Formats: sequence, C-alpha cells, structure tokens
Amino acid sequence: MGRGIIAYGAYVPYWRLDRSKITAAMGSGGGRGHRAVASYDEDTTTMGVEAARNALRGSDIVPDSVLFSTANPAYMDKTNASAIHAALDLPQSSWAVDAGGAPRSSEAIWALAAANRGTNLAVASDLRTGRPTSGDEAGGGDGAAAFVFGDDAVSPVLCEWLGGAVATAEFTDRYRQPGDAYSRIWEERFGEQVYLPLANDAIERAMADAGVGLDGIDKIAIVGLHARAVRGLSRVAGDKLVPDLTGEIGNTGTAHAAIVLAAVLDDAAPGETILLVHLADGATADVLRTTDAIADHAPYAPVRAQIDRGNDALDYNKFLTWRGFLDREPPRRPDPERPGAPPAFRSEDWKYAFVGSRDRSSGAIHLPPMRVSMEGGAVDDMERVRMADVPATIATFTVDRLAFSLSPPMVAVVIDYDGGGRFQAEMTDVDPDEVRIGDRVEMTFRRLYSAEGIHNYFWKARPAAG
Amino acid sequence: MSSHGIRDKVAIVGMGCTQFGEHWDRSVDDMLTDAAHDAYASAGVTQDDIDAFWLGTMGSGVSGLTLSKPLQLDYKPVTRLENMCATGSEAFRNAAYAVASGAYDMVMAIGVEKLKDSGYSGLTGARPPSDGTDSTITAPATFSLLAPAYAHKYGLDEDTMKEVLTRIAWKNHRNGSLNPRAQFRKEVAKETIAGSPLIAGPLGIFDCSGVSDGSAAAVLVRAEDAHKYCDNPLYIKALSFASGPATGALDSTYDYTTFREVVASATEAYKQAGITDPRSQIAMAEVHDCFTPTELVLMEDLGFAERGLGWKEAMAGTFDLDGDLPVNPDGGLKSFGHPIGASGLRMLFECWLQLRGQAPPERQIPSVTEQGKTLGLTHNLGGQPGAAVSFVSVVGSELG
Repeated sequence: MGRGIIAYGAYVPYWRLDRSKITAAMGSGGGRGHRAVASYDEDTTTMGVEAARNALRGSDIVPDSVLFSTANPAYMDKTNASAIHAALDLPQSSWAVDAGGAPRSSEAIWALAAANRGTNLAVASDLRTGRPTSGDEAGGGDGAAAFVFGDDAVSPVLCEWLGGAVATAEFTDRYRQPGDAYSRIWEERFGEQVYLPLANDAIERAMADAGVGLDGIDKIAIVGLHARAVRGLSRVAGDKLVPDLTGEIGNTGTAHAAIVLAAVLDDAAPGETILLVHLADGATADVLRTTDAIADHAPYAPVRAQIDRGNDALDYNKFLTWRGFLDREPPRRPDPERPGAPPAFRSEDWKYAFVGSRDRSSGAIHLPPMRVSMEGGAVDDMERVRMADVPATIATFTVDRLAFSLSPPMVAVVIDYDGGGRFQAEMTDVDPDEVRIGDRVEMTFRRLYSAEGIHNYFWKARPAAG
Repeated sequence: MSSHGIRDKVAIVGMGCTQFGEHWDRSVDDMLTDAAHDAYASAGVTQDDIDAFWLGTMGSGVSGLTLSKPLQLDYKPVTRLENMCATGSEAFRNAAYAVASGAYDMVMAIGVEKLKDSGYSGLTGARPPSDGTDSTITAPATFSLLAPAYAHKYGLDEDTMKEVLTRIAWKNHRNGSLNPRAQFRKEVAKETIAGSPLIAGPLGIFDCSGVSDGSAAAVLVRAEDAHKYCDNPLYIKALSFASGPATGALDSTYDYTTFREVVASATEAYKQAGITDPRSQIAMAEVHDCFTPTELVLMEDLGFAERGLGWKEAMAGTFDLDGDLPVNPDGGLKSFGHPIGASGLRMLFECWLQLRGQAPPERQIPSVTEQGKTLGLTHNLGGQPGAAVSFVSVVGSELG
C-alpha cells in the first residue's frame, strides 16, 4: 500500500498542574495526578507549530497543506493554520485551512489529509479550560499533535489505515457558546448511556470494514472528553487497552486522539494493528496497522520523554492567572503595543519562520535579517538562513522584574547559535533562578502577548531538551 | 575626510540648572523658563541677545514651539532635537557648531524633560509601529546584562560584583547629599543599597538612576568674545558623538563588558582635546551612571582604569570626591534622576561650577583647587549595551 502516515509528532507543554493543588486552594475540585498546562505564552496555534516541528524535524518533507483543528482557536474569522504554515517556512503554494469548533472536527482534518492527494499535514491542538474546581479544570489538558499523510514515494509510510466507521447522533453532552471561557456539561450518566451504544456500533462496523476481528487487534486506544463513557468502554478492551495518558497530562480534547496515537506509534513494532476509538458527539473507530518502516523510525521528541520532562512546580494561582481566571495588578508600565499588520507582513520570514540573512561574502549571520552586512559592509548580497532549529548557548542574561509580562519576571538572554549568529531573546519554560551563562537553549514559537485583539507571535529561547 | 573639532573656538559664558526632582507643581514651560532665565542672568545677557536656540527633549514636546512659546521668543530660530538619553548633550554640540561656523554670535543650548507626569515607573517612549519582534525588556534589564558578563569575564563572584555596584551607588548618593539641586540629597547606607528590591538581574532599585523632572541651559559665544560676558568662561576642548551600528545583539564577538560607542567617542574627544592620559590629565568627569554597572564599564571605556581593573579602582575610592579622578561629583544620574533632555547639560553645569572654583566648599574637588587641573569631561549615553549612541565632551577653564 502506497499511502498513509509518513511522519508524526506530538507536543506536550512543559508545565504541569498537580491536581491536589486545586483541592488545597479551593477545598474542593482537583484530584490525583497532573494535567499539562500551556504556558502563559502558548495557545493552540503555537502548540500546533511545536507539534508540527517535532513531526517534520530531520526530514525533508514539505507538506502541500496544513490542516488545523482546535476547539479553542486563537482567532475567529481569521485562519490560524496560516500562522503555522508561516512558522514552518512552507511555500506559498501550500494550502492552510482551519477546521474548528468541536473536538470532533479533528476527524475532518485526518480524513482530508488522508484522502487528498499530495502530502498533507494535519495538526490538532487544544487548550482546555474549566471553571475553578470543575471537572474540566482538573481533567483537561493542553497539547497538540501533528500527522503527515502522504505517499510512500515521498517518505516511507509508517502506519496504514485499514478501515473505519462512524456513528453519529445529535445530543447535548458538552457545549460552549462562542466567547465563553469554559464549557458546560450535562449530567454524566446521560452521556455515558448515549455514547456506549454508538461506540459499539462504530467499532463493530469498523472492524468489518477493515476485515479484522477482535483477536486481530493488538492495541486498543479509546479517547474522549466524556471520561465516564471512556471508562465504561475501556472495560471490554482488556489488556489490549493502551494508557489514555489523562492521569499524567489530562484530556487534551481535540488533540487527544492524535497524542495517544503518537504515543502508541513511538513504541510500536512493525505489523501492529491498532483500533482507535474517538468519542466526540458520536463515535468514530479506525483500524490502523504499522509497517516495517516504523522499525527504523526514531521519533524526535517521543511523547513519553515530553511527559517525563514536565515541571509540576506550577502554583494554582499562576495557573489561574495564565488562563485569565485571576486578574493581577499589572506593573506601572505602558501596555504593550499591537504589532502593525504591514510591518508584520513585510517581515513574515523573520517573525514567523525565524529566517535571518547570511552575508555570502563574509558568512556573517544577521538576526533580524539586514541588507547591509555588519562585516565588510556588502550591500544586498545576503541569502536567507532559517535559525528556528539551530541550538544556541547563553552569552549573558537578565531577569527583568519591571517589564510588562503576562507572567513576570521576564527572562532575557543573549544567545550565540552553533555555527554563528547571535540574538537577544526572551526565555521561557525556565526558572529565573536557574539561568546561567553557558546554558544550552533551543528556539520555540510563542505568543509574546496580545494587544488590541492582535496576537503577537514570535520566537523565544527555552532550555534545550535533554 | 576628517573630524577637526572646535577646540578653543567656543566658550560657555553662562549656565542655568533647575533643581531636579518630582516637580508636581511645575510644568515643562516653568522649568524651561527658569533654566533659560538663570542662564541669561549667569551670562549677564538678555533674551534679546541670543540669536538662536537648540532645545533637547525626548518626549516633553515637539518642534521649536516647545521653547518659543513659553519664552515668548521673537521669531528666533529654535531647533528641537532628540538623540535618546544623549539628547541634552546633542543640543549643546549642535549649538556649539553653530557658533563655531560663524552663523551666530550667541546661542543657547537648553534641555528639558518632564518624566513624572506619565505615571509609569522608569522611562517610556512612543515607538513607531513595528512587527512586534523588537525586544521589550526595560532599560535596567538591558544594562543589567553588563553585570554577569563583566563578573564572568574578570572572575568576580556574585557577592564581590554586588559590592562593587553597591559602592558606586553609595559614592554617587554621598556626592548628591551635598548638592541642593539633586533629586535625592541623602546618603544611603551600603546595606540599604545592597538590600533594595531587585529590578533587573542583580540590580536593585538603588542601582538605578531616579526618575525626575528638570531643565538646564548654557549660553555659548565665540571664544574671543567670551570675556565680554564672563571673567572665567569655560572653553570647549572637544565634542564627539558616536552612533553605533547596533550589532551587539547580532555579533558574537561583543561580550557586554564595553560600549564600543563610548570607546569610539572617547578616542575622538581625546584626540580633539590633545589628551593622552585622561586618568591624570582630567580633573573630573560627569558620566552617564544610568545604572551602576554602566559607570563601572565606563571607567574602563573612558580610559580611567585598565580593562578588568575598573572594579578595583571603584572599590579603592579612585573616583570618590577626594580621589585621583572624581566621577560624578554632583551626584550623577543616581542622585539627580534622568530627565533625558536635561541631563547632558546638567553634567556640564557641574563642570561649570567645579572648574571655575564655584562649587560649594563641601564638594569642591581638590583636583582643581589643590592640583590645579583644568579639564572636565562629560559623557552621555543613549540606547543599550550593543546598540548605543555616545557623547563625550571635554571642557576647560584655560585656553590652549
């Protein structure tokens, strides 16, 4: 078979909230385990970029489309996938389109990515909120995953689709009106009893479509925001059931099926058959099988490693602040200014793709790009040089306790890139007391701040993984 | 192509300087009026004698009208200019050139800034629309980058570095305690300085210059006319300005322990003034101590201390009021705050007092009265490490 998943990657943000901190602060809510928390400078778009970078790292795959799905879009009425497209430095000829709304929308981008000709990048991302002490607050999680569907000729297929089926029904389980900060849910037992027959129906038909019986299935992944229904369905899966990761990172909604599948593929052997069941306003079941090529595949950022790297030092009050549920006194400094649309458009390569310029004669790298070389003064003799994936070392740094920040203090570093080039960057995902000259860092795509309705996306440095 | 300087061609014959501070009761117009009329009185001239004006302000007004309206000038030329934190010095430099060119007989350089009306901490300024990728860290943060870099390069541990920075703040506050024009007129204990709340990196609130309002002005004439107005004028020996290519944040060879712009402007100024050993030849220096590590690095960039030894000289008291080379005898930005357009002229005002022996006895520097040195230096810096503009002047009480 010539078509399937040729690359994938997940992104689990660095921060974790220990659910017991909710209970400790509020006297109710919370629970055991952790949820993954998008930092103050992350949204579904930036997490989508990180997942896509993890998917594409080390390959020369150039997607013909970026299909993006989230239930928590950074923008309405403006495409978010185009920012991901820009951050990945993809050509103008690639399509970028959103499929938004409910977590079920993620199925649309998978289907489209698989069915449309060419190489298609499907990115699912979500940032889950909930009212303080709610089940959604503790049980939700933030993250993203990206899957590239394409032909074997482009890159070896790692996993094929054998068949699938859907079951659809209209019922009110969870719901959120546009502009609301959180979802509401109906009584849990109602949803459970609606979901279970739908799921059983979809699973039965999916296996028939794939021509596989239950004994031919090696692993079963059951994913959905309705925890009770997932638990109910999981009972019949037995020891084929794979962990759904919700205890460690929470349920990442739109992204969760993709993150769980990525975790399964990270450890999969050739020829494994996987049943993936997605409960979201109905049920969808897919049967997939890994190929021989997966034996040679070394994921750039395995899901397990990202989960294990998490930092649960995050305090509950900071979590509430980051999500906008606590309004803190700002510093006595001017509010940040919105980026201008024309300047941002002119510098798309720099702002979104982190592309600088390299003087062809001296080799000097300029960040941001310049027309006149700082070495030798050559004019307009530059080539573009993308620095997003180049590691760097801290030359000097400071902790700015006066600057406006959504999570003060702001950490600023001057970094020298391996192979040349220097930049003064903001640093993120770091304890201000732990920054040292000589530390290794890598770049990450973030939302610096939002002003007057415009999100200001740009790159920051973070401690190098590993 | 060459820079020639205007050594001994232009003289200061009068100066005025307001008290610096939180002037809730005084407007920009009030401060300009006070500084200008103090300078007229100092020179023994009237407003009608001034042929043209150079007004430096960063954000307290635009156009010459900012000056001509409050002073009710009689259709005279007013140039309003800005060059970041070196704005006041830049007004002085351009005014001096106008006299040296022969275009005018008598001009005024005046600077003003009203910072306290904004309601914000630190300095703020409007920026043109951007792509949103420019650094948004504050001024103390940009200058605090110097501290770990300097300590790392020269092997100072964190505690020693903090002691050095603390002593610089302590020295400048001590000098300011003797100056009635200063914003802060109290000595501050080293423990208070070292224990003050952190603002950026290792810098506490007492490592930062204050935020204040103020104005200062100078009256300039050709050197040969100076004695018509003044028995003991100050002669301009050197004026230099360096605007850098701003590559510090791009160029890995820049190590954040120097301001290349300061080295360039100091080298040029010493050439113009014929100074070969600034440490021994200069009686005093007013330098841009916006933050304590700035003053430390400036001591080396201006040639007052060997590279890597500035911290030892600072600790040894070399730059104290009674040291070999008093630095910021008036208290500096540390005690005066930094009303941007005014600071460069405020520095010259201290040279005006000290080199002419008119400083109050409690802070008159012995390098002038006992050692007979005649030269003073002012240094003004704008921007941040790696992307700065730097001004250096040398003035002297003797011709030749």
